[in-house]
Amino acid sequence: MIVRISGLGQYELDDSSRQRLEELDHGLTSALHANQEKEFHEHLRAIIDFVQKQGKELRHDRLVPSDVIVPPEDVTLEEAHRLLTDESLMHPLPA
Amino acid sequence: MSMFGRMNTIIQAKMNKVLDKAENPNETLDYSYEKQLQLLQNVKRGLADLVTSKRRLQLQHDKIQQDMEKLDSQAQQALSANREDLARIALQRKVGIQSQLQNLDTQIVQLGAQQEKLTDAEQKLQTKIETFRTQKEAIKATYTASVAQVKISEAATGISEEMADVGLAVQRAQDKTEQMQARAGAMDELVASGALTDSLGGGGDDIDRQLAQLSSGGDVDAQLAAMKAQLGTTPQKQLEAGK
Repeated sequence: MIVRISGLGQYELDDSSRQRLEELDHGLTSALHANQEKEFHEHLRAIIDFVQKQGKELRHDRLVPSDVIVPPEDVTLEEAHRLLTDESLMHPLPA
Repeated sequence: MSMFGRMNTIIQAKMNKVLDKAENPNETLDYSYEKQLQLLQNVKRGLADLVTSKRRLQLQHDKIQQDMEKLDSQAQQALSANREDLARIALQRKVGIQSQLQNLDTQIVQLGAQQEKLTDAEQKLQTKIETFRTQKEAIKATYTASVAQVKISEAATGISEEMADVGLAVQRAQDKTEQMQARAGAMDELVASGALTDSLGGGGDDIDRQLAQLSSGGDVDAQLAAMKAQLGTTPQKQLEAGK
């Protein structure tokens, strides 16, 4: 499976990682909804570490879509709330 | 929705639906490639804006630093002239803008980190666009239409995702710089209007203000004492040196 860490790049992981990633995603989302800043960043850090350790960075000259996209590592709790709710982020890129 | 799911939705929404637009795969490829080049220009512009914002904050930083030095020397002068009251006011102003200087420092460092990341992303994107260009020519030359469609689909989706992700990074950087600019602009106005001493208490009532002055007073007192000590010992030393 291909995982993108937003702002960092794509990694190729074994398909067996999917379940662990789903658990981590669940923890991240719960921390966000509960407004727990510390837990949120701990989860995010754990996810990024997991992807970088278990995965292999995709060569820059490979063009493939990702199965999972992880939020950027420096996202704040406030910004993550915006990512979840702000519809203006849904605009396509201007051409 | 889960955080990952939402990230996917955002990136998907940002991806240009190139594939629907042309029926002929070869046209799709050329169209997509042109679009990529345009978007790369947007990313470069975003990066240039970021650099400009950083430079503006840096200028403001220098200005505040100069103001602080000026207030410091004014306090020294006032003290030499036995006007402790004036010296105290000057030092209070200095302490007031000092925290703003630290804020600016932090913001400049943050912008610098963001600039570095975006520069990396932009270079990666450039490599990917070049790959796409090579692949597009290979696909055109080698495959039958039906096979080509599959190959194109993957390559085009892959690169659109990359563009969308860099686009999101540019948007985040712009949002952040706008916030910083707004704060910095408000700061400029405060300094210009001389309202900074009044704002020591955060614009609250009189008691708030007096409490704030008490807490920053410790700092001011310490600086005053240091200046006095310097003034006091300098003539003494000169006398001793003259012996």
